[in-house]
Amino acid sequence: MDFVQNVPFFSIMISMFSGIISSVLSEKWAKRLNTAVILIVGAMSGALLLYLCETGTDSYIFMMGHFPAPWGNEIRAGVLEAGMAMFFCIVMLLSMTGGREKLFDEVEYSKHNIYYILVDMMLSSLLALVYTNDLFTAYVFVEINTIAACGLIMIRQNGRTIEAAVRYMIMSLLGSGLLLMGICMLYDLTGHLLMSNISQAMAEIMAGGTYRIPVLVTVGIMTIGLAIKSALFPCHAWLPDAYGYSTVSSAAMLSSLVSKGYIFLLIKIFYRVIGLDIIYSSHIIGVLFMFGLCGMLFGSFSAIGEKDIRRMIAFSSVAQIGYIYMGFGLGTNEGMVASVYHILVHAATKSLLFISAIGLTDVSGGSRNFFALNGSAYRNRIAGIGFAVGSLSMVGIPIFSGFVSKLLFAKAAIINPTWKMFPTVIVLAVSTILNAIYFLKTVIRIYTPEKQSVVEEKGYYSISWEKQKLYTLTIILFVILNLILGMNSQPIIHLIETGLANFA
Amino acid sequence: MSRLLSEEEYGRRPIGAFKQWVNGIRDPYLNNVEIREKIQPQESEEVLRKRQEEAVAVIRQVHDVANNSQYTLFRKFYKAAALVCCLTLTILLLITVAYLPPVGNAGNPAHNEVAAKYIEDGMQDTGAVNIVTGMILDYRAFDTFGESNVLFIATCTVLILMRNDKKKGKGSAEEEEKRDSFYEPKNDKILQTVAMVLVPFIILFGIYVILNGHLSPGGGFSGGAVIGAGLILYLNAFGFEKTERFFTAKTYKWISFSALSFYCIAKSYSFYTGAHHLESGIPLGTPGNILSSGLILPLNICVGLVVACTMYAFFALFRKGGF
Repeated sequence: MDFVQNVPFFSIMISMFSGIISSVLSEKWAKRLNTAVILIVGAMSGALLLYLCETGTDSYIFMMGHFPAPWGNEIRAGVLEAGMAMFFCIVMLLSMTGGREKLFDEVEYSKHNIYYILVDMMLSSLLALVYTNDLFTAYVFVEINTIAACGLIMIRQNGRTIEAAVRYMIMSLLGSGLLLMGICMLYDLTGHLLMSNISQAMAEIMAGGTYRIPVLVTVGIMTIGLAIKSALFPCHAWLPDAYGYSTVSSAAMLSSLVSKGYIFLLIKIFYRVIGLDIIYSSHIIGVLFMFGLCGMLFGSFSAIGEKDIRRMIAFSSVAQIGYIYMGFGLGTNEGMVASVYHILVHAATKSLLFISAIGLTDVSGGSRNFFALNGSAYRNRIAGIGFAVGSLSMVGIPIFSGFVSKLLFAKAAIINPTWKMFPTVIVLAVSTILNAIYFLKTVIRIYTPEKQSVVEEKGYYSISWEKQKLYTLTIILFVILNLILGMNSQPIIHLIETGLANFA
Repeated sequence: MSRLLSEEEYGRRPIGAFKQWVNGIRDPYLNNVEIREKIQPQESEEVLRKRQEEAVAVIRQVHDVANNSQYTLFRKFYKAAALVCCLTLTILLLITVAYLPPVGNAGNPAHNEVAAKYIEDGMQDTGAVNIVTGMILDYRAFDTFGESNVLFIATCTVLILMRNDKKKGKGSAEEEEKRDSFYEPKNDKILQTVAMVLVPFIILFGIYVILNGHLSPGGGFSGGAVIGAGLILYLNAFGFEKTERFFTAKTYKWISFSALSFYCIAKSYSFYTGAHHLESGIPLGTPGNILSSGLILPLNICVGLVVACTMYAFFALFRKGGF
C-alpha cells in the first residue's frame, strides 16, 4: 500500500483531533489550527486524487483496525470521494475566511473557540460521510454533523436563531430517526452493516422474492430521512430561518456543505447499498422526481416573494436542492452525473452569494431589506461583483458554473426520452426564468445608484478593498472557483463519471 | 418500662431521637435547615387576567386572526396534516414489522457469520470476556470513537447555549444560581446524610463497572453515567462551593481533553497498524484478568471519564450556567 493511500484515515483523524485540541486552546490558536487543518486536509485529498488518477486505481479499501470487513470498520476511497473531500475543504476554507470579520460582531468573543471546535468536527463528519463504507459509521457521523450544525446556527444568540435551531433540531432528528430505523431494518433483513455485503444480500432478496415489501419500506424511509435532512421541497420549513439568521460563515457552510454531505450519503446508499437496478425500478425515484420538480418551482416562488435578501438566498437553496433531486429522479446515469455536478455548482455559488450579501447589507446600515440595498454595489465594489457573479451563475449564464449543470440536466432528460422528458425540460425553463426574476432584480437594484441625499441622511459608508483584504481575496477565489467549474467542466464531469462507475 | 436514662437523656440518643421523630414530637428540619416561606404572588386576579388577555391579543394582532383566513386555514390544515402524517407513518411501520423475519428464528438473515465470529472468536481476538465490549471497543472502535465525540460536541453545544460568561453583576452566573435555588432548603440534613453514605458507594460502583467493563456487563458508558450521577447527588447535597474545590470548568476541560486525546492517539496507532497488517505490539494478556485485553481497559476508562464529566457538566450548566 502506498503512503498516499493513508490520506482518508489521516484526514478524518486529524480533523477530529484538532477539534479535541481546540477545546483547550485560546481563540487565536484555535483559529489558526482550524485554518491549518482545512488546508492540510484539502492538500492531502488533492494529492490522493492525483495519485488515483495517475495510477488508474478504481478504488481501494482501508481497514480501520485489525479486523477485516464484515467484522471491523472500513473506509473506502475512490476518485469521486477524494475529489469531494478536496472540494468540501476548499469551500469550507473560503466560507470561514469570508465570514471571519462578521464572526466578531455576531458571536460572543469567549465562545469563539467553541465555534472552531464545531467547524473541525463538522469537517471530520463530512469526510467520514464521504469516505465511509459502513452504514452504521455513516449514522454516527450523521449525528455529529447534525449536532454541529445546530451549534453553528445558534452560536449567534438571538431569538430568531434559537427558534431556527430548535426547528432545525426537530426536523433533522426526525430525519435521523427515519435513517436509523431504516438501517436497523436493513440489518434485520440482510445481517450486515457493510455497504458491499448489504448490496449482495439485497440482490439475493430481490431474486428470491422474500422480504420485498420491507425492503421497499426500508429504502423509502431512509430516502425520506435523508431528504428531510437536506431540505427537499415539502420538508424545507426549517431552512430559511436557519440559513437566514445564523452568522454568515455558518449560513455558507450549512447551505453548501451540510446538506450536500447528506445528499452524497444518499447517492452512496443508492449505488452501493441498494443497487441501482432496484432503486431505478421502484417508484421511490418517481416520488423524488415529482418533489424535486415541485421544489424547483415553489422554492423560486417563495424567493420572489421574499423581501429579506438573506432569506431570499436561502429560499433559492430549496429550488437548487430540487434540481439535485430531480436529477436523481430521472433514473439514469446521466441524471446522476448532472446531480453530482450540481452539488459542486451549488456549493460553490451559494456560499459566494451568502458571503457577498453580507458585504452589501453591511454598507446599507445593516438592513437586510431588499429596498435598502440601492447602490450598495458601489459602496462595496468587491461584494457587488461577487453577488453579480453568483446570481449569474445561479440563473445559468454561460461561462459561469450554473450553466453547465443546467445543460447537463437538459441533456440527461433528452438523451433517454421517457415521460419524464417534457416535465423536466419545461420546469427547467420555467425555473430558470423565475431564478432570473429574483436574482437579476437584486443585481439591478444593487447597481442602481442611490441619491446622495439619502446616502448622507442614512449615514451609509463606502468600504474599499484595502480595508477588507481577506474578504476581497475570498470573493476573488470564489469567483475563480465558479469560472473553473463553468469553463473547465469536461475533466470534472469525466472524474464524476468514472467515480460513479466505480461506485456500482 | 424499665429505663436507666431519664426521658430527656433518652431523647438525645439516636434511637430516642428516631422514636420521637416517628411519633411526630421532634422535627429534625426545625432550626437546622434554612427554609424560606414561599412568597405568594402579590398580584390580584385582575392583573393575572389582564396579562392573559394581553398574550392572546398579541397573537391576534401579530397574525391578524380575525381577517387572516390564511392563518386560520393553516392552523386547521396543520393539525390535520400532523395527524395524517403520524398515523400513516405508524400504520406503515406496523405493517412492515409484520413482514420482517420472525424474532428468534434460527434461519434469520441476521444469524450469519458476522455474529458467529463475534461469539466464537471474540475472546481470542480481543482478549475481552465481555463480547459486547470487545465489539464496541475493538472490532468497531471507530464507531465508538465517533460516539464519544458525539458526547463531546453535545457538551460544546450546551456550552454555547447555557454558559454564562458574565462574571459579576445582574445576570451573572452566581446571581442566576442564587435565584434558581432560592426556595430550596440549604444544608438539607437528610439529603446530606444520605449523600454522605451513598456517594462514595455510587462512585466506587461506577469505577468498578468501568474497570470490569471487559470482564462483566458494563463498561465506560454505563460506569461513567453512574459516576456522573454520584457527582450530581453530591452537588445537590452540598452545593457548588464544595464541588468546585475539586471540579471546575478547567478540570472538566482538561479531563475530557486528555481522555479524548488518548483515545484518538491510541486508536489511530491501532488503526494504522491494523490497516498495514503490522503487529501492534499491545499484549492481550490472559482473558479474565483485570489487566488484560490490550487497549480496551484504558479506552473504557477514557470513555468513562468523558461520560461522567459530560453528565456533570450538563447538570451544572443547566443549574448555574457554568461551574
